[in-house]
Order: sequence, then C-alpha cells, then structure tokens
Amino acid sequence: MNKELKIFAVVAAFTLALYYGVEPYAHSQMHHHVEGQGLVYDGTADIEEASKEKEEAKKAFWGEVKTIAALKGDVAKGEAAFATCAGCHNDAAGDMGGVIPPALDHAGSLYDRNYLIALIKDPAMAMNTDHKFADTSMHPMGAIKSMMTDNQQIADVVAYLKAKKNGDVSPRDAYVESCGRCHANRYDKWTQVGFIPKTKSNIKTGQDIDNLKFQQEVAVQQGKIADYMGKLPPDLSMISRARSHHFLETFIENPQSQLHGTAMPRVGLSENGMHKVMEYLEFTGDPSKPAREAAGPWVIGFFILFTILAYLWKQSLWRDLH
Amino acid sequence: MARIENAKSIGEWLDQRIAIETLKKVMQTEYWIPKNINFLWAMGMVLAATFGILLVSGIFLLMYYNPSVDLAFDSVNYTIMTEVGYGWLWRHVHGVGASLVFLIIYIHMFTGIYYGSYKKGRELIWLSGMLLFVLFSAEAFSGYMLPWGQMSYWAGMVITNLFSGGSLEAYGLVEWIRGDYVPGQAFLTRFFMLHVLLMPLAIIGGIVFHFGTLRIPHVNNQDSEDFDYAEAAALYKAGKVKESKVIPFSPVFLSKDVFVMGVYFILFFFLVFYKFDFAMDPVNFDPANGLSTPAHIYPEWYFLWSYEILRPFSKDMGLIAFAIAQVIFFTLPFLDRSPNVAPANKRGFLFHMWFWLLLIDVLVLTFMGKLPPTDATFAMIGMVAAYSFFALWILLPIITLIEKKIKE
Repeated sequence: MNKELKIFAVVAAFTLALYYGVEPYAHSQMHHHVEGQGLVYDGTADIEEASKEKEEAKKAFWGEVKTIAALKGDVAKGEAAFATCAGCHNDAAGDMGGVIPPALDHAGSLYDRNYLIALIKDPAMAMNTDHKFADTSMHPMGAIKSMMTDNQQIADVVAYLKAKKNGDVSPRDAYVESCGRCHANRYDKWTQVGFIPKTKSNIKTGQDIDNLKFQQEVAVQQGKIADYMGKLPPDLSMISRARSHHFLETFIENPQSQLHGTAMPRVGLSENGMHKVMEYLEFTGDPSKPAREAAGPWVIGFFILFTILAYLWKQSLWRDLH
Repeated sequence: MARIENAKSIGEWLDQRIAIETLKKVMQTEYWIPKNINFLWAMGMVLAATFGILLVSGIFLLMYYNPSVDLAFDSVNYTIMTEVGYGWLWRHVHGVGASLVFLIIYIHMFTGIYYGSYKKGRELIWLSGMLLFVLFSAEAFSGYMLPWGQMSYWAGMVITNLFSGGSLEAYGLVEWIRGDYVPGQAFLTRFFMLHVLLMPLAIIGGIVFHFGTLRIPHVNNQDSEDFDYAEAAALYKAGKVKESKVIPFSPVFLSKDVFVMGVYFILFFFLVFYKFDFAMDPVNFDPANGLSTPAHIYPEWYFLWSYEILRPFSKDMGLIAFAIAQVIFFTLPFLDRSPNVAPANKRGFLFHMWFWLLLIDVLVLTFMGKLPPTDATFAMIGMVAAYSFFALWILLPIITLIEKKIKE
C-alpha cells in the first residue's frame, strides 16, 4: 500500500506539473498583462500612450476636465440644460452617423462623473478615439462641443445626471444602454436596433413578413455601424467564455490599452456599471452556472460514497489473498 | 447440433444455446490476472469506462448538434447549453472526458514502457495500443472541428495544410481532404461523419483487438515476473489463494478496478463541475471566421509535444520530424534490443535514465508547444527538447544492446 501511494504521488506530481505548464503558465505568457486603472478616468493612461504631437493637447484637455470636476453643479439648472441632450438622447432616437444615441435613463449610475464631464467637453477625447477623427470626419456627438461651451453648464448637467438618472439598473439594461448600440447579443435576442419582437408567420405561406422587416432594419443599421466603425463589432453572447474577466474589464476601461488603434470607444463605466455589464455578459456566456453549482456537490458526494463502498468491497475480496 | 433439452432456468436455457457458463469462465472467473499489481493496472478499465462515458454523452449531444457551418456554433453554445435539459452537463462531461482520456492514455503508455510490457510476446499489445492512440487522436481532432469556433477552423486549416507535404506542394491532396479550397461545409460534414461514425467504429474494433492481444501473453506484473499461469491458476482453484500468483478477473481484479475508477470519477466530476475551462479553449468561443487568424494557433494539450517537434525545424525537415514523431512509439518493441523483461529501475542505470529523460522531454515539449513561438528563449528550449527527443530514440538500441542480462 505504501508503495502504491508513492507511485500515486509520482503520477500526481507529473500531472500537476503538466497542468501548470499548459494552463496557468501558458496563458500568462500568451497575453501581455495590462493593469487596470481602478475605473478612474483622469487621462493618465491617455497621456502616457499619446504620441509626442498629441501629448500637449491631451494634457490640456484632461487638465480642463479636472477644473470642471472641481466646480459644484446645480441640479435644477442641469435639468434645464439637459434639454439640449434630450434632442438626440431619447427613446425614439434614430441613427446618427452610425450610432443610435442611447437613452440616458441610467447614465448617472452607469457612468463615471469625471468621464461624463470629459464626454460633454470633447466626445472623441473622452472616448480616446480622437485618432479616428483627426482629419475630416467628425464624431457623431461632436456637435456638442459648440452646443455646450460653458464649463459651469457641463458641471450642472453632470450633477443632474448623477442626481436624477441614477436609479437601480438591471444587468440587461446596463448592456443595452452602454454596449448595445454596436454589439448584438443574439443569445438574449438583442440586436443593435432592439430586442427581436415576437411576430407571427402567415400560416398559408409560412412567411413572417414582420420578422423579415425587422431583419432588414437590423441589416441596414449594422451596415451603418460597420461603415462608421470599420467593421461590424462582434456579437458578445459568448464573449465571457472567449476572454478572461480581467481582459474584459481592462479592455472596457480603456480599449486602446489592449488593442491599440481600435475604433471601439471608451464608455466610461462606473464601478456599478462595470459590475452590471459583466454580470450580464457572464449570464449570456455561461447560463448554466446556477444549475451546475446546484448539482455539483450531489454528484461528487455520490462518487465519494461510491468510492468508499468500492473500497470496502475490494478489501473484503483481497483480505485473504496475502 | 447441440443437445437442446427442456431448460429449468434462464441460465440453463442460455447455456444450451450460447454456452454462457463457459463464456463466464473464459471472460471472468477464470480469466487470470497477476496478483502482484498496483493501481496503474486499472488504467485499462478506466480508459474503457471513459470511452463509455464519451460514447453515451456523445449520443446525447448528437441529438441536438447541427453540422452546418451556419448553425454548428449556436447549436453547441446556445441550444445544448441553454435549451436542452442538462445539455450543459453532457457537453462538459464530453469535453472533460475527451481531455482526460488522453491523460490516462499517456499514463497507460508510460506504465507499459516502465514495466517493459511491450516485450517478449507482448509486442502486439503495444502495437494495438499505439493503434488505439492514433485512432483516438483522429477522433479527438475530428471532434474538435465540430463546435466550429475559431480554433476549430484554424486548427483544421493548419492540420490539413500539413498534407501538402511542404515542398511537394500537394495542394490537390489538401483540397481533396477538405472537399473545398478552405474549410467549409463539405469539410465540417465529413469530419462530423468521421467523429460520430467511422472513428468510433474503428476505436471499438481497436479495443476488441487490444483486449484480444492480452489473452495469450497475459497481463504483465509489477516485477515483470514470468511464471506458469496454469500452475498458479490450479493453486487458486484448489483454494490456496495465498500461495497463488493469480486472481480471477471477476470479481477480485474488478473490485480493485472499480475502487480506482471511483477515485478517478471524483476527480472527473470535480473537473466537470468546477474546472472544465481547461478542456475548452477560450479561442474556440469566438465563432469561426476565415478572415481573422487568431494570434496563436495551438492544439489541445495532448498534441502539443508533437506540434512542438514540428515548429523548430525548416518547413520540410519539420514535416519529416513530425511524421517520424507520430510513429516512433510504434517501434519501441523493436528498438529495445535488451532481452531483459523487467521494470526500468531493475534494468540498469542507462535504461532507467532513458525512461525518465523521455518522460521529462515529452513534458518539456508539451510546455513549449503552447508558448508563443516569438519568444527566443522558449524557441531555444523547444528546439533542444526536439533534438533530444530524436537523440533518445537513436540511443535506445545502443543502450539496450549494452544492457547487462539480468540473471534469473
């Protein structure tokens, strides 16, 4: 018996070494590690990675964001000024140069305060996608730069969002509002223009015209997004299985850090927003988790019992053999 | 014709027609197994059980899997994982089982090498076992295509490309294998057929053959001792079980097998419920996309050592080295020139060292096979390990020729 345990220890040691080499170690070497910034949006990373000619502009921009952040916003005045935003950010919004502006119903709880200030000040700079708009094209939200020029007004609007648009948000709404402009999630029936509606097919022809119309609407919008972004952003149904948790968090926090030059904007999620979005991605990517965790202990318990009984049976048969 | 009389029991009725009593003796109660064995001797039954689990879980998955390039990914990741009751369990069992079956195969193989279970009458056991290894590899590869993720697609691309034969540029052959210029519908459907029909059939045949080869030379034992089975069996049947060197397959040997299987299943289901990620590469959760090549393409862990042998050489040399590595283990009974049938630690320093060096070398090759080839240090270690692999096999006939004969 003693000898068998020794042999078992050798086999186990080699197996564990094998596992360590091909899993944790290999994966640690495969991707370059990016440190998160703790969801603080103060431009530190932007300035660090900026080219020489852009560095000064970035410093100046984030310096001004800091100045605005120090101002005290007035919620009532912010509500009045918000009318400017609501012109585009409403439930009936249509496409604006490749993006359907999201409703801002939960903007206060989904997004970081500093980020919102930066976004209104200069959307392309805040999103860290200014490299895309350097020459001729304009950011779809670029007009805001001339519509809201007063720093105090920016502070007021952000104060209003933080005070009045900060209701509890479901993981699904968090995804729809902050990711769903560009990213479908077909396992949850989400498309870039909304959830797939329930429609009925004509029983005589088998054709579902309403669904075909909806599909066309999706296809048209996807074409616009692809033109704007350069390619169609991927469906994120399974992304939580395809990328590590850490990768997704740091990528969402600052897409340029993981994929330099990407057209994906930074969306400025707050801690709560990030938490909700990740919860949703894990739900669509790994929906069996609750069932798995419920069944696991029972199955393993069964096999422990099975093994004990098998050992007793073996002992009863082998006892007299030696 | 056999004598058929009125049977008094079902057993008797069956015995008259298919000699069930004789069958039971031959297959179970008088199938003699040496007593001097350890848990490594249970790996064969563990493998059979794992294959059974793969077969059953595969049948359940087959009811919902859809072998179409447009639907395959979603039928696996959505239909089976979400809509089918316990579909996730069958899938994880199948995925983890496919990985563990190779771990046990490797343990089984190196056990055979260590105890010299491929020598002196046992050559066919080794050869049929190696045949099963090749069949399981083909089964694993074809199965890996089915979820039609990024790694399915690109592994399919890379492996079928190997058949162009380097400078031979036999692209016609590659197209013939794929049924298209690139992996597509024809490719997926034929690998589906291979995975669910032809390969399993061949494996079942291979298992029967492997069991058959065991019967006459008998199972080896912990001291590789050659003894008279008839004599030992007679002792056992006479009730002198302590003195006898054998035990019957059923129930005595089986009871130990079942215990080892129990321990194995605890590990198996721990992995199924809590650590299944190791058997499912993240890259394969991105749907197949012929326009976007993944940064690193690498096979599952069990193919890494031979993949690493392909990498450090030039195109043609790499292919030749790779081809040799695929079949070199077949030659073991013929390259080992020593008459000794004994555990590696009793065969003298050289062979003992050879065994552990081979094991470590295969492990190092496996590690390096998954690391990015762009790193110069890893590439160097991989190259040294690949050369060492061939050096070890070239040395084998030499060190076994000068090995001292063990006196009886």
